[in-house]
Amino acid sequence: MTTAEIEITPKIIKEHGLKPDEYDRICTILGRKPNLTELGVYSVMWSEHCGYKHSRALLKTLPTKGPTVLQGPGENAGIMDIGEGWAVAFKVESHNHPSAIEPYQGAATGVGGILRDIFTMGSRPIASLNSLRFGPLTDPKVKRLFTGVVRGIADYGNCMGIPTVAGEVLFDESYSENCLVNAMSVGLVRHEQIIRGRATGVNNPVIYIGATTGRDGIHGATFASAEITDESTEKRSAVQVADPFMEKLLMEATLELIHGELLVGIQDMGAAGLTCSTCEMASRGGAGIEIDVAKVPKREKGMTPYEILLSESQERMLLVAKPGCEQKVHDILAKWDLHAATIGFVTDTGRMVVKENGKVVVDVPAESLTEAPVYHPAKSEPAILKKHREFDESTVPVAPDHQAVLMKLLVDPTLASKRWVYHQYDHMVRSNTLIRPGSDAAVIRVKGTKLGLAMTIDGIGSYCALDPYEGAKIVVAESARNIACSGAQPIGMTDCLNFGSPEKPEVFYYLDRAIAGIGDACRAFNIPITGGNVSLYNENPTGPIDPSPIVGMMGLFQDVETRVTQWFKNDGDQVYLLGEIGNTIGGSRYLQVIHGKKTGACPRLDLKVELALHKVLIQAAGQKLLQSAHDCSDGGFAIALAECCFTGATHEAKAKGVKSSLPGKGRVDGRLFGETQSRAIVSCKPSDAEKLESLAKQLGVPFEKLGVVGGDKLIIGDAIDVPVSTAGDLFFTAIEKMMS
Amino acid sequence: MRFSVTVFPGSNCDHDCEWVIKDVMGQDVEMVWHKETDLRKPDCVVVPGGFSYGDYLRTGAIARFSPVMKSVDEFAKKGGLVIGICNGFQILCEAGLLPGALIRNKSLQFSCRNVYNLVERTDTPFTGACQKGQVLKLPIAHGEGSYFIDSEGMKKLKANNQVVVRYCDETGQVTPGSNPNGSLENIAGICNEKRNVFGLMPHPDRSGEDMIGSHDGQYIWKSIIKSFAGAAR
Repeated sequence: MTTAEIEITPKIIKEHGLKPDEYDRICTILGRKPNLTELGVYSVMWSEHCGYKHSRALLKTLPTKGPTVLQGPGENAGIMDIGEGWAVAFKVESHNHPSAIEPYQGAATGVGGILRDIFTMGSRPIASLNSLRFGPLTDPKVKRLFTGVVRGIADYGNCMGIPTVAGEVLFDESYSENCLVNAMSVGLVRHEQIIRGRATGVNNPVIYIGATTGRDGIHGATFASAEITDESTEKRSAVQVADPFMEKLLMEATLELIHGELLVGIQDMGAAGLTCSTCEMASRGGAGIEIDVAKVPKREKGMTPYEILLSESQERMLLVAKPGCEQKVHDILAKWDLHAATIGFVTDTGRMVVKENGKVVVDVPAESLTEAPVYHPAKSEPAILKKHREFDESTVPVAPDHQAVLMKLLVDPTLASKRWVYHQYDHMVRSNTLIRPGSDAAVIRVKGTKLGLAMTIDGIGSYCALDPYEGAKIVVAESARNIACSGAQPIGMTDCLNFGSPEKPEVFYYLDRAIAGIGDACRAFNIPITGGNVSLYNENPTGPIDPSPIVGMMGLFQDVETRVTQWFKNDGDQVYLLGEIGNTIGGSRYLQVIHGKKTGACPRLDLKVELALHKVLIQAAGQKLLQSAHDCSDGGFAIALAECCFTGATHEAKAKGVKSSLPGKGRVDGRLFGETQSRAIVSCKPSDAEKLESLAKQLGVPFEKLGVVGGDKLIIGDAIDVPVSTAGDLFFTAIEKMMS
Repeated sequence: MRFSVTVFPGSNCDHDCEWVIKDVMGQDVEMVWHKETDLRKPDCVVVPGGFSYGDYLRTGAIARFSPVMKSVDEFAKKGGLVIGICNGFQILCEAGLLPGALIRNKSLQFSCRNVYNLVERTDTPFTGACQKGQVLKLPIAHGEGSYFIDSEGMKKLKANNQVVVRYCDETGQVTPGSNPNGSLENIAGICNEKRNVFGLMPHPDRSGEDMIGSHDGQYIWKSIIKSFAGAAR
């Protein structure tokens, strides 16, 4: 029996993840019943992953415009102007579910997918970042996942020759059965070389390039294979297999094609494979596309049109060549020993037509595939949020030995150095990495100019679980603060929203409030969002993951010589706290690690106060007043100050001691380890102290003179007095010890 | 002076080599695709790092059979200067231009960081601008950089003074703790008997400027340029 002859039953519709009214809608669009292949095509394009059914209405509220935004959401990646004819393309994407099943391949293909998004726009990838979430690292299963994910990211990026320059890792029960792997990539492109995923020009050839198409990664929501054809009885795999070498060749060939001005448009085949690239390119170009799947290079025999259209085999691209350029395209692909096949052409019908040896197997309006239904799910505030808000901090005893607390927090794998991770990533290749992993933000130079790019990716512990609105604001604020600490101006961001099932009103409440928080913060900081990704249905058997919005932030230096790192430089430098010390412990790592409580009101964030802090940091860096600047966040003031002492080791700088006061009033643990927002620890030469103070005064940012860099001990008031080398050893070796 | 950098499918430090030779050291550079056999009259050939042919089979194992490597082999046998960096070192070993082999790091992990290297021999065209005992800060970035050779081979290496650089600590002490990958006797780089072919795992191509972490790689390039200038006279 062929796929066209299979009768569509309610069971088949359900197995495709389509609701009865969605099926009715398809019938209305087509004016007839879809065949099985068409049903498959709609099901992937109308899935949450491709269609954003539950999140699209909320995403529309986010600010996406700005004078330097060259490309906002809706393309393979966002692009922003950075001056001198250069632009930066960047985007973050999730690969959570594949990584939970097969950590190595899942993470590797996640990196491959986001890199393709970047070079598809004509930009050469210059850096990668990633944000990872796992269950507790004491769990052997988590160690296996962590090892596999890191190795998968490393092997892919290293082989591609693209430095992995920054990231973050957090360990928490909430991710035990559902790890998160969010990968971000950044590329550079000349304005005139930007290209988009559009199909235009009737009869222009549609060309398939790259790896062959196999049965890997066919939509998990499809049938058991026996029901589709008699021949294809193999069990299908939902996880794709990575081939970074193939992707490296594909990248070089693609950039050569684009820079040779041979193409009208190009799009990678990621989620939903050939289906997605075909209908999206047609839809964006306001055109139609006709292809014949018999011409697609295949790695297996007997593949049905259904399988070919839904395969998620990696390292493939679809392009539309300019008239008369088809042969040149084939020549370049031959140079790189890559497959290229002209599989169809552009039409003016607005339809996506797929044939198999001339026989029509799919004929649907292309645009209808890219316009999935939009839902406005029910939401209700979870009762637990009130409990968190009303948690009485005074019931938590002050841990008596502050120094012991510091030691314990330094080896908490969430706070400890991620050296074990980033030493596995080639973070120096292409010789542009000026600030390597281990400071608040990575900094990459733009060769041939004075320009520099600062970049960071951040989520934040449990704040969003305690207060999704305030927490999401903090995620944006912290990542912008990291950029500002490096001395760069935040210019734009990309986000990945990792949440549970949107069909649960309590989960949708989190999503709704988090997006509101992100939007408010971005508007206050004037930071547009140029694209991103939504990953829903992240669930453990015990319930959803903690709501986890992840933000990738891009910063720009007009003169990269003004960059600042987080560690102390010289004995005798003055140390300041910019911002208020505070004493709240709600939502802190201290409360969680030392007292075993993931609760409390998460810290408040005043967007105006935060913005003023960024201004001081950026202006002070621009005037070269700062010797160091470090965001004071997870683990609180004491951890941040300790990091200022010893993290220079990441750049072969000598550790430095400090003798600091403990400012503020109220509970000592709150002042040492609380996570009050809008703070940074900076140091400057004594001769610049006056200028720095007057700048802070002028911009209305409170500051506290903490003390002086020097000696070989970390001293904080009379609470902490510890050799820097002891603290540093704990911090750097904690994860290595747990993994050996 | 004219350098030719070989480019294999999967090379990825070819850009780093091009940048440091042309923009930092101010020399001429040609990029030679692996399918070509004309090296374009170089004074020195650079076999760069990366993952040539995806490291399939074994690092460097396939690259040695490419057309360009035949030309490199002939060039080296005529006494031409050849430097292989990282994957390039692996390729030169596979091609038989250098003795020994690079095997998986002892940690079984890829490792990327700056390490210190003791210049043991300055009587090579690649280290002539260094002081004997000088410590160079150079980055490594490899998963298979542990140098191995059988005991007979090691004897020969030593007898001919072919061990050029060894991993060391910041002060120049060659210690087990400063060995990043388990290389025999901390070996980071060696030359052939005739001293015109040099391979090393650390990257002088990624350490030409302080702003990217170190300028010590310049000493290697300066040495090559100096030896060429000397030979020309």
